[in-house]
Amino acid sequence: MSAVFATNAGNAAGDAHGKGPARVTPIRPVAGAAASAEADRDSEALASKRRAEKEARRIAQREALRPVVLAVLPPMLGFALFIGVWTLVSQASPQLPAPIKVWHSAVQLFADPFYRKGPNDQGIGWNILNSLQRVGIGFGLAAAVGIPLGFILGRFGFLNAMASPVISLLRPVSPLAWLPIGLLVFKAANPAAIWVIFISSIWPMIINTAVGVQRVPQDYLNVARVLNLSEWRVMTRILLPATLPYVLTGIRLSIGVAWLVIVAAEMLTGGVGIGFWVWDEWNNLNVEHIIIAIFVVGIVGLLLEQLLLLLARRFNYA
Amino acid sequence: MTDATNSIGRPSTPSSAPARDFVRIENVGMTFKTKKGPFIALRDIDLTICRGEFVSLIGHSGCGKSTLLNLVAGLIAPSGGVLLCAGREIAGPGPERGVVFQNHSLLPWLTCFDNVHLAVERVFGASETRADLKRRTLEVLALVGLTHAEHKFPHEISGGMKQRVGIARALAMQPKVLLLDEPFGALDALTRARLQDELVKIVAATGSTVLMVTHDVDEAVLLSDRIVMLTNGPEATIGGIVSVELPRPRDRVELAENAQYHHYRTEVLEFLYRRQAHVEQAA
Repeated sequence: MSAVFATNAGNAAGDAHGKGPARVTPIRPVAGAAASAEADRDSEALASKRRAEKEARRIAQREALRPVVLAVLPPMLGFALFIGVWTLVSQASPQLPAPIKVWHSAVQLFADPFYRKGPNDQGIGWNILNSLQRVGIGFGLAAAVGIPLGFILGRFGFLNAMASPVISLLRPVSPLAWLPIGLLVFKAANPAAIWVIFISSIWPMIINTAVGVQRVPQDYLNVARVLNLSEWRVMTRILLPATLPYVLTGIRLSIGVAWLVIVAAEMLTGGVGIGFWVWDEWNNLNVEHIIIAIFVVGIVGLLLEQLLLLLARRFNYA
Repeated sequence: MTDATNSIGRPSTPSSAPARDFVRIENVGMTFKTKKGPFIALRDIDLTICRGEFVSLIGHSGCGKSTLLNLVAGLIAPSGGVLLCAGREIAGPGPERGVVFQNHSLLPWLTCFDNVHLAVERVFGASETRADLKRRTLEVLALVGLTHAEHKFPHEISGGMKQRVGIARALAMQPKVLLLDEPFGALDALTRARLQDELVKIVAATGSTVLMVTHDVDEAVLLSDRIVMLTNGPEATIGGIVSVELPRPRDRVELAENAQYHHYRTEVLEFLYRRQAHVEQAA
């Protein structure tokens, strides 16, 4: 059928000095023969079938792309809007640098993140690593104390009743209020900053661990009793795994708090670190760097959070 | 406790305890303290279970069937009376009484193998090598037909399979008494029938003494030697006992046309729906 059409078209095209198939359509009605009309109908049907197939393919492709687009598009739009507003604000108030200026500054800054020019002038990489180290030590100590303490409080109601008023009293205290105590006791800035991290990040771990231990399903404890498991086995096979999701939630909240607090603590104590760097750049009136620091703090915090969520998913029993 | 810990395996000679009263429940009452004052769940329960006997507890929901089972398991202590197992007072849970929980209660972070191994390890860990413990675990998994699922986690297997792991865990301790708390209640009818048949085979093979809580009349008649019927709570007590004298092995299809089977069935139904009818009102 398409062969007939092709011949026809070929002849017609030949008449029109062989200018190619683009000329075919206007010439076709001129042919006029019955066979040709039939061929036209057939070819029309074929073409519409092809069109439908193509359409279906396009719809399928669009359906496949849809979730990707829906996942990527809103965040992109969000960032675009954010940068748009920022640009407008920076035009209205000239002290605030525009996004593009900050970007250039960031490219320059991250070109050499690990330089050292004396104690007060080190690369951004060193600042970040120093802050992470303080958070790591403070948070690590808090976990080492807070998680076992939470276990004990969760297991023994009397101790819990003893501790909970004290915890309720101390928990809402602003982290920086602990700094003078740290400076007084340790007589040095760095341990004082670590102390602030420790004391402000310990509470979520104590509380979540204790709640987790209290919420171990009675069924599991009955199993432990019926199987007559030893205290050690109850701990390792039932309490620890049953409590782990709660502990991980506590850790995630604590890391968030610790990373929030570090900037403020370092602003006050000095040394090398992202918080001190912010303060230093404020004194230099380098606003681009302050904005970069804000982004760096945000991104590192986000990464820590995601890392722990990933860990938590690993231990989430269905 | 010496007898229980030293010879946990099934006693081969019935001389160690009189066969007539392997489990004895004497004048037991259970009162719970609630905010609204004391709640008498059970009173004046007297029951003896012989070695190798299959006894069912049946009654309307809330009548204290599970409470009575938990008393025998030692998970709770009676407020009056005394419970004995193989001649010794039941003071707490023990490996000579294996419990299969209603909702299987498998530990979700352990594989089927590890769930059973936990029980094996506790009972035989002191006297046997690691290889022996592993062999025991695999044997009991094979007994319930789950060799292929040993490395699966509970959330990866069906409800019927989970309950079979629960039964395997209880059997693994080689208990003298198997306590089943509505073991098939959460399963669909076909799975339930298959597991009932498997339970009958396992009980026949191991010669276990069984106390089972159920609310299914057919299940009770099919499986039991005696059916203990509880009156409605509160203050529930034994309202009657039906001795099911159907020859074993029992075939559920043949029993469907058996006049005697229907007689027992009617007797239990009569008790539950005529004499102990107004359950909602009573509760």
